[in-house]
Amino acid sequence: MDTYSIFRAFADSWGLLAMMLFFIGAILMLFRPGARAMHHDAANIPFRDDAPRPAPTNADVKGDRDA
Amino acid sequence: MEIIKLIVLAMIAVLAAMAANFGQDWPYSVHMFIIMACAFYLFVKGLQKFGDVRPPIDTGYQDDVVRAGVIATSFWGVTGFLVGVYIAFQLAFPALNLDLPFTTFGRLRPLHTSAVIFAFGGNALIATSFYIVQRTCGARLWGGNLSWFVFWGYQLFIVLAATGYLLGATQSKEYAEPEWYVDIWLTIVWVAYLAVYLGTIIKRKEPHIYVANWFFLAFIVTVAMLHIVNNLSLPVSIFSSKSIQLFSGVQDALTQWWYGHNAVGFFLTAGFLGMMYYFVPKQAQKPVFSYKLSIIHFWSLIFLYIWAGPHHLHYTALPDWAQTLGMVFSIMLWMPSWGGMINGLMTLNGAWDKLRTDPVLKMMVLSLAFYGMSTFEGPVMSIKVVNSLSHYTDWTIGHVHSGALGWNGMITFAALYYLTPRLWGRARLYSTAMVNWHFWLATIGIIFYAASMWVTGIMEGLMWREVDAQGFLVNSFADTVAAKFPMYVVRGTGGLMYLSGAIIMCVNLWLTARGVGQTDAQLTAQAIPAE
Repeated sequence: MDTYSIFRAFADSWGLLAMMLFFIGAILMLFRPGARAMHHDAANIPFRDDAPRPAPTNADVKGDRDA
Repeated sequence: MEIIKLIVLAMIAVLAAMAANFGQDWPYSVHMFIIMACAFYLFVKGLQKFGDVRPPIDTGYQDDVVRAGVIATSFWGVTGFLVGVYIAFQLAFPALNLDLPFTTFGRLRPLHTSAVIFAFGGNALIATSFYIVQRTCGARLWGGNLSWFVFWGYQLFIVLAATGYLLGATQSKEYAEPEWYVDIWLTIVWVAYLAVYLGTIIKRKEPHIYVANWFFLAFIVTVAMLHIVNNLSLPVSIFSSKSIQLFSGVQDALTQWWYGHNAVGFFLTAGFLGMMYYFVPKQAQKPVFSYKLSIIHFWSLIFLYIWAGPHHLHYTALPDWAQTLGMVFSIMLWMPSWGGMINGLMTLNGAWDKLRTDPVLKMMVLSLAFYGMSTFEGPVMSIKVVNSLSHYTDWTIGHVHSGALGWNGMITFAALYYLTPRLWGRARLYSTAMVNWHFWLATIGIIFYAASMWVTGIMEGLMWREVDAQGFLVNSFADTVAAKFPMYVVRGTGGLMYLSGAIIMCVNLWLTARGVGQTDAQLTAQAIPAE
């Protein structure tokens, strides 16, 4: 079989099935129990950003610089 | 390490000088000269700083590169709009071509599209994504100065692309005109961009990855894929700017529009939706209407968009099934698009009163309205019957501009208004009245633009298909050109208004950054840890 036909056959059988299942799975995941609280928390992420949290401890930074 | 860097830069400078000398065509030599100059400048700068003690590494958010991005976005925006206005008037008054090869419509048009999409839009995406990913991850950008490499590397890409168009180097693929070595350079910059972005997400302090980052990541990954596949070409010589595409015929056409439409879908939609999902909640001071909907929006958009490209090739040599596939997916795409628009607009639920006092929020709402309008118009135009009337006419140009000026432009302006006071530690914008002026100039400008293009597009579509009783075509092409003249003037006027609004914005942002009219007390009151 030429490449086109191989790709074509795969695309409208297993490829299509895999993508459909992934998509449906991703949507179903949204409605799993416990997702509501998680989504509520995630939706508020933009409002927790005003102070930079990453600041590594002083020791980390010093160690880095002295090296 | 520093030694290696200097040696590499020196080698690049020498090799570029050789290439400029051996170059077989004018654009190639000019480009190699530009690369040589950049490498030489960096080499001298590196030599001056050689052996210096490195300044301590900041630990807060890395915002200097975002500030540079805000400046670059404003600059390229005005440049791109200016070229757009100029070529719009060229269509009405061909004498403006000036009889020079460099200023013909054919060369300025890709300069305009690339300047607004990739220079204005691209810089806006890089700057906002760097700002947003740090704040939603609670982490400083990964990779230290790699983000600066992304920024300056991207500017070099823009300069190489723009000068190439003016000098006549093009591979004649819409929105992918730059030649092979510019494409390779962009690939390197883009991989660095992905590394910075992913690195920051990986070291995040926030357990969940906020949805805006999903959209940005989809944008970065997909654009990398599109860019590489659509630019598979073989240079005729290593010393020439000319290259030959690997695909030919209808395969090349389909690859091009798979690229072209997904440039719209992932560059101009997914990336800007990332901006929307952060800046709209921030400006409205309310979390997004439905987080679940935003995730459905995400998966549906990326699963559907990638198939919509063939609608650019209706009634061509492309197999019929592929055309129908493109049409069907384009129509399905209407749903997630409107889901996203509703999600953005409903975020204002309970905060609609803010629209009366906050012109920045007003811009965001208008951009969402245009997002909704153009994602409805798009599916309609992808239907074969409609496309047989609309394709190759100015209706398409009007559609693109209501999306680009309305959705991408307005959300970017809103983001710039949001970012500038925060990045330069100012309490507020210099002038809200100027934002209002910008808002109305831009809105009326877009309406002039879109309305005139609807009229002229449908008119020329009807004129092209008009046949007399014997079945002969009634109008010649020149007849349609003559009939379109008044609409071209209206369109140019609309563009001029949009450009004026952007200039007002630049003045406002400049005065905001300088802190004109703001007392020190106000300045310190809101002084955000910018670094």
